[in-house]
Amino acid sequence: MEISRHWRLNKQRYSLVGEICPHCDAKLFPPRDICPECGHEARHGYTFNGRGEVYSYTTIYDAPAGYEETTPYTVALIKLEEGPMLTAQLTDLGGQPVGIGMPVEMVTRRLRSDGDERGMIVYGYKFRPILRA
Amino acid sequence: MTLPSNSNLNPTLLKPFRPVGIVGYGAYVPRYRLPAREVARIWTEGQAALPIKEKAVPGLDEDVVTMSIEAARNALARARISPEEIRAVWVGSESHPYAVKPTSTIVAEAIGAVPNTQAADWEFACKAGTEAMVAAIGLVGSGMAHYALAIGMDTAQGRPGDALEYTTGAGGAAYLLGPAEESLAVINGTFSYVTDTPDFWRREYQRYPEHGQRFTGEPAYFKHITEAAQALMAAANTTPADYRYAVFHQPNAKFPQRVAEMLGFSKKQTAPGLLVSQIGNTYAGSAIIGLSAILDIAETGDHILMVSFGSGAGSDAFDIRVTEAITERRERAPKTADYIARRTEIDYATYVRYRGKLAMK
Repeated sequence: MEISRHWRLNKQRYSLVGEICPHCDAKLFPPRDICPECGHEARHGYTFNGRGEVYSYTTIYDAPAGYEETTPYTVALIKLEEGPMLTAQLTDLGGQPVGIGMPVEMVTRRLRSDGDERGMIVYGYKFRPILRA
Repeated sequence: MTLPSNSNLNPTLLKPFRPVGIVGYGAYVPRYRLPAREVARIWTEGQAALPIKEKAVPGLDEDVVTMSIEAARNALARARISPEEIRAVWVGSESHPYAVKPTSTIVAEAIGAVPNTQAADWEFACKAGTEAMVAAIGLVGSGMAHYALAIGMDTAQGRPGDALEYTTGAGGAAYLLGPAEESLAVINGTFSYVTDTPDFWRREYQRYPEHGQRFTGEPAYFKHITEAAQALMAAANTTPADYRYAVFHQPNAKFPQRVAEMLGFSKKQTAPGLLVSQIGNTYAGSAIIGLSAILDIAETGDHILMVSFGSGAGSDAFDIRVTEAITERRERAPKTADYIARRTEIDYATYVRYRGKLAMK
């Protein structure tokens, strides 16, 4: 059980809350409190708009523990519109091919159960093809 | 079938002191579709009469929490208010992911409505969503809250091979209630009709619901909807001709069309909100996602009647008037038809996997 670890990440996982640097305006995700661009303290919350594009991707057929029930699934590096890059699953593909540069948007989905079916459900961000331009 | 005689009710509209309306709304339907003919292929060698064309099926990573979050985000996008001003997040469903732990706290956290808010899950079979809406009207109408969010969302369960398996769909809608002067549609009043009628239920720890076969019709669905609708119209001094649109709970394609006919509504009035053939019965989301489809096309001044039905049993009727704010606000989020058009057909085997009907261990 890792309840506290999941709970601490609720905001960033549910709704892409990162940080913005008050000194150089860089947007940070995940939040890390120190700006990697200018080295100053950056603790101001910033909610990302959730749009980005696929930078690279791969499809997982042999999943790590906890993710077996959803194979095969595609994991991508997503370049957010505001700059940062993050790793996330793609969802709602419905068989459509994935390509580098594909525009995507964030949705909050079930990531996995913590432990077995009795454990807490872990929710967080995934990305899908944009529903409506 | 004739309409039941007018009961001895002296109907008084449920109407708050402070006028309340819909400030924002949002729909959600998952991507996957199971055609009813697939269910018939497996269980009746394709011989069954099909109650709908197809139903929406949630993906492996979807549940009432994730679907409610998306609908709520659409409602907020339309309303353009700060989520911190929301004083209640209420989710009506009969498929909450947890038996104990609110869906609504997760939704409230995800949309930024925490921590100064009420949060609770509502249950009343297929009218849990409108029950939450009526309560939200009360909370806003009393002045306790400026905004309250009511959601009806379901990933409905049906026993394999049962008549319900053809229609148990997934989807719903979120409604942000607020002061009438900020609204895209004003709720003039509501009226509810509730009795102890055991037409459908699911006992604790049971995976699938039981239903009273034909008993679900006349004493349950038709009785409650017609009583609620007639009393509402009597109290509001309206007739079916006064409404441009009407939407009723949609367990299959036949019932809502028949109840509309009984009450005196035309196909033209009901067609825009009749979604069951394309997405199935979305239970707590059924009547209200029909309403969202209507709001997507309605014009200023349009008058709408909505009547839900929840087994057990009861109906909530709503008299709604669209304002000029609709035109701009509905463009701010995906429409109901956008979700319906986003469609990937699946076969019965994929459905069985997606709905967790395979024992993995």
